[in-house]
Order: sequence, then C-alpha cells, then structure tokens
Amino acid sequence: MARITIDKEKCKGCFLCVAFCPKGLIKKSDKLNKRGANPAEFHETDACLGCAMCAVICPDCCIEVYK
Amino acid sequence: MKMKTKILISGNEAMAEGAIQAGCRFYAGYPITPQNELTAYMAKNMPACGGEFIQAESELAAINMVYGASAAGARAMTSSSSPGISLKQEGISYIAGALLPAVIVNIMRGGPGLGNIWPAQSDYFQATRGGGHGDYRTIVLAPSSVQEAYDFMPLAFDLADKYLMPAMILADGMLGQMMEPLVVVRRPSAPSEVEGSSVVRGRNTEDEIRTTKKWALTGCKGRPANVVKSFFMKEGALEIANLKAQKKYRAVENKEQRWEGLFLDDAKIILVAYGSMSRIAKSVVVQLRQEGKKAGLIRPVTLWPFPRKIFEQLSRKKKRPAFFVTEMSYGQMVEDVKLALECRCKVDFFGRSGGGVPTEGEIIKKVRLL
Amino acid sequence: MNKVFSHPKSLRNIATHYCAGCGHGIAHRLIAETVDELGIREKVIAVAPVGCAVIAYEYWDFDCSEAAHGRALAVATAIKRVRPDNIVFTYQGDGDLAAIGTNETIHAANRGENLTVIFINNAIYGMTGGQMAPTTLLKQKTATTPNGREASFHGYPLKISEMLALLAGVKYVERVSFFSPQQVIKAKQAIKQAFLNQINNTGFSLVEILSPCPTYWGKSSKESLDWIRDVMTKEFPLGRIK
Repeated sequence: MARITIDKEKCKGCFLCVAFCPKGLIKKSDKLNKRGANPAEFHETDACLGCAMCAVICPDCCIEVYK
Repeated sequence: MKMKTKILISGNEAMAEGAIQAGCRFYAGYPITPQNELTAYMAKNMPACGGEFIQAESELAAINMVYGASAAGARAMTSSSSPGISLKQEGISYIAGALLPAVIVNIMRGGPGLGNIWPAQSDYFQATRGGGHGDYRTIVLAPSSVQEAYDFMPLAFDLADKYLMPAMILADGMLGQMMEPLVVVRRPSAPSEVEGSSVVRGRNTEDEIRTTKKWALTGCKGRPANVVKSFFMKEGALEIANLKAQKKYRAVENKEQRWEGLFLDDAKIILVAYGSMSRIAKSVVVQLRQEGKKAGLIRPVTLWPFPRKIFEQLSRKKKRPAFFVTEMSYGQMVEDVKLALECRCKVDFFGRSGGGVPTEGEIIKKVRLL
Repeated sequence: MNKVFSHPKSLRNIATHYCAGCGHGIAHRLIAETVDELGIREKVIAVAPVGCAVIAYEYWDFDCSEAAHGRALAVATAIKRVRPDNIVFTYQGDGDLAAIGTNETIHAANRGENLTVIFINNAIYGMTGGQMAPTTLLKQKTATTPNGREASFHGYPLKISEMLALLAGVKYVERVSFFSPQQVIKAKQAIKQAFLNQINNTGFSLVEILSPCPTYWGKSSKESLDWIRDVMTKEFPLGRIK
C-alpha cells in the first residue's frame, strides 16, 4: 500500500513522472492550474509501489510519497 | 599605550602596513608595476597576522575574491595599477551593488592601453565616476605623502564599513615608489585573534561579525538565511535599491568632503592639485608668496566626494579668486573644479601625462602669464 | 502510512522560475537533500552563478552569495579561506564555469581549494536564449549555431571535467546525469561525496551533471532525457573521472 501526493499548483506539466511511473498511475489532468498548466494527476489505486521514481525525477519537487 | 616607531618605507609598503593595522585580513592581488611592493609586503606579513594572502590568477579573480572575503565578513582589499584597475571595474560595480565594504588601491601609471609604468593621474574620471557599469560611486582618497598613504588605510576601511561601499586609495607610481620616514604603530607579531578555529580570520571575532555585520555570510545558525547580491528581478526593486544608494551617496557627499587649504584667506590665485602633484603645487605657491604674489592652494583629499564646499565658499567672496588646476593628466579633476565653481571664477589648467610631470618652473611660467 | 519521500527542509517550498522539465530543479533538490542529510544547513554558504540559476538563493534556505558571471570560484575561494569551518560550494552552468569563468575554474582547482563544485552541463546558454555553450555538441543547433555546431568553425565541445582531472589539486571529479530516476539517485550519491570530501578536507571536488534544457533543445521533457542518454553521454561519458 502506497500513494503519492502532487502539488498541483507547483506542477508545470513536464510529465516526467508520467513517463517513469512503472505502473502508469500518473496522468495529465484535464484541468488547468493557476499557472496555466495541466498538472500531473495521481490515480489512486492499490497498485502504487511507493517506489518514488516520480518524486525522484520531478524537477519541481511537487511529489511526496507515502508508504 | 600604542608603541610608535619611525621607519623608512615606500608608499606601497606603507599602504600595506596601514591596511594590516586597520584590521585588513584578506588581500588578493595580481602583479603589476608600479605597485608590486604592496603585494609582496602582504605576502610576507599577512600570514603572520592570521590573514589570508592570495596571488590571484587575474585582476578579475582578485577583485572577486575581495567580494567573497568581504561577503564573509572580513576586512578585505586589493591593489593594482591603472590597466589592472580597469579589469577590476566589473567586480567593483558588483561590490557597490551588493553593498559590500572593500578597499581598492590604485597606484596610477600612464595610459591609455598598456601605457607605461611612469606615474600619472589619468584615472581620475574612472575613480570618481564609479568606473564600472551602473549608477554607483566609490569613496576616493588621495594621499600626498607616505605618511598619508599609511594613515588613509584605516580611514578607507572605516568609511567603506560605515557606508557599505567600496573605497579607493588613488595614488600614483611616484608616491608608491617613493621612500619617506613614517611613524607607525608597532603591531603585535602574533595576535591572539587567530587562536581557535571558531574565530574568523579578520579583525573581528565571530561574535562581533554576527552583531556588527548582520548581513555577512556566516552560516545561517540562529537567523534567517543571508543573501549577498546585486540582482533585482522584480519590477521596481532595482529602482528602489538604486534610490537608497543615491540617498547614501548624497549623505557621503555632505559629510565626507576632505581637503587641505593653504593661504586661502587672501589668495588671489589658488592652485588646485591632489596627490603627488599637490607637493609640486605647494612648492610653487610658497615660491609665489616669496615673490609677493597672493597665491594659495587647495588640495582635495577626497576626490569623491569632491570638496565642493570650499570652492563654493571661495567663489562667493566679493573679490573672487582665480583658480589654476594642475594635474598629471590632460584635465580631469579640472572639470570638478569648474562644476563646483559654477562659472563664478576663472579656471586655468596645465597638465602633462604619459610619463611627464608638470615641473615647478613650468607651472610658475603659466601662472605668471595669467 | 509513513512519508517516505518529502520536500527537503533546505529547499523553500515555492515554485521555481525554471521551465517545465528543466534539470535545475532536480539539482537544487539533490543539494538541499544532501545538506539536510549531512546536517550542515547552518554552515553552508552557496555561491550562485549568472545564468538560469542566478536566483538559486531564492530557493535554498541557507546563506548564499551571488557572483559575477564566471567568478563564482574566485568568490568561493575567498569565502572558504576566510571561513574554513563553513561548507562552501558553487553552483555553475557550462557558460559560467567553462567559458567566461574558465580561468577562475582552473586556478581554484589547481590551488586545490577545499570546495565543492556542482557543474550543470546542459550544452546551451539558457537564460540568454539558447546560444552555443562551450559544451554544445557538434551538429547541435542553437541560436548562434543555426546550422549546427561545426568543429572547423566553432571548435569542439569542451571537456572541462577531463581537463580539470589532470590537475594535482583536484581530488574528485565525477560526471553524472539526470536521464532517469536511477541516474538521479546516482547523481545524488556523487553530490554527497563531493560535500563529504570538503567536510573531510580532501580538497577540490567537482560533480558535472548532464542536465536537460527542453526549451532550448526544442524537445519535450522526456525526449530531452532520452537525448542525454542516447547522444550527450556519447560525447560526455558518465562515471568517475578522478
């Protein structure tokens, strides 16, 4: 059991987290944030490994991981 | 009581000793004639005082080392001669912009370009107008003897610290190389201030720096992080910073004008000269007085702020004196004299540069023609 | 559930001015994590460059000095000499460290100053609009090499890390990259080593990071990382250089 949180307002929508999530649990949000980007969005399921690859590659330090 | 002693020493070495006495504990420089004795003196004497000496890879590196040392809370200085000072201008602008105290010695030589190694006063504009990019000023002190070269160092450091801006000692190769008797305070050879690793290598202890230089980079223990910078990206922020600086410069102009006057009360012709040139001008004035001519002398000690007050005062006399400016340049300080007099008095000029020094005979000849 | 990955204390929790996918943000975070883990936040003094990272001091929550373009290592040299007990590092881009500041870089390294250098190599000038950097690859198009960098005209990509490794004063040089999370973890280890070296008075340590600049490479964030992996590392091989 693990999950992540994404700071949607800080996210600039580079989607490196999307590219590196081994389970494909992060997607581009349909909604715009205040900076005008479609932030990344975590699709909460039991499949998250808590591997933190998303957080490690995030250039904007938007992701925190819970396990 | 401080032990005083009289020694024979060159102007360059006197400045180095004066700086050490003033608590300067960081020196970085790059070799250039005619100021090398200053650097060598620092190399020899700085380590014994617990200070740092670095022969930098360039003048650019040297001035930026001074920036770093000052940011870290030390009293820091560099020295060079005209072409080297041109290279340092970038760093001096950053020091001014970052509100750091620092002392720069310029032992002027002939220019432009590589010029030659003979004495000159051709860097007056560069020194008094800021020199580098941006709206800033440096305090400029012009010693005229080896004793003054020594005495002005603590003054330069104190002014730099007080106003958080660079201060420059503007002298020339003649004064740098000249040897004269100097009354110095004998300093202890091994100051206790370097004992213990927690004590910063400077005049002040770590505690003193943390209280008197609250902006210094000491590590953010027990306080918010400090930043030393001259970059202001937010709209309007740079203008605010510049206006603050201008206010400070106006305060310096009001409070720190220094000059020496001779026979000003009844003088009809007043010679104006600074540094080495003022000694020649002084001889001329004495000679003219012996001939019965009412000559006087103003020797600006601070070149920036320029001592406008005395010129203004004299130019408002009922019988206005005439002025004769002489420089080892083709006319730089003369512009400040004219600005201060605001066309109320006649101003004449004689100067030589590129190795030539106006002689007493030449000046007297010119003055007699007036 | 426990938090297993959180925002480092030494990094202020604010959005940076960097473009989406820019490597500076990762580098800033790794340094902040290292500073936290080594417990040196109150002793650290950073020297920021001129370039995209000029306002790094807005993001790190420790003492920081700005330096003129290329002069970071002269400034850092003096800070460290004045304060040998503080931990002093510079953070410099390829233009800052390997073009305008080459002299300061080489001589600080050669003096063996006990400093840590984090060198961001993204093969381009980002802040000024994507001009050729000393590390720009052959054939790479930039604002000032519109037809691609040509060896006969622009010279070759400068391998400053290899050059510095030749100097006796240099104790540690490693080239790392950000092309995958695994590589980021390796980069963190190298950064930590470079800080530990300073703490242990080992001497001059430099970590070169191959870092993405999607904006001026004209690539997506992921394509940029792939370009580092497939192209950039051919010219700038990863690993310990010294």
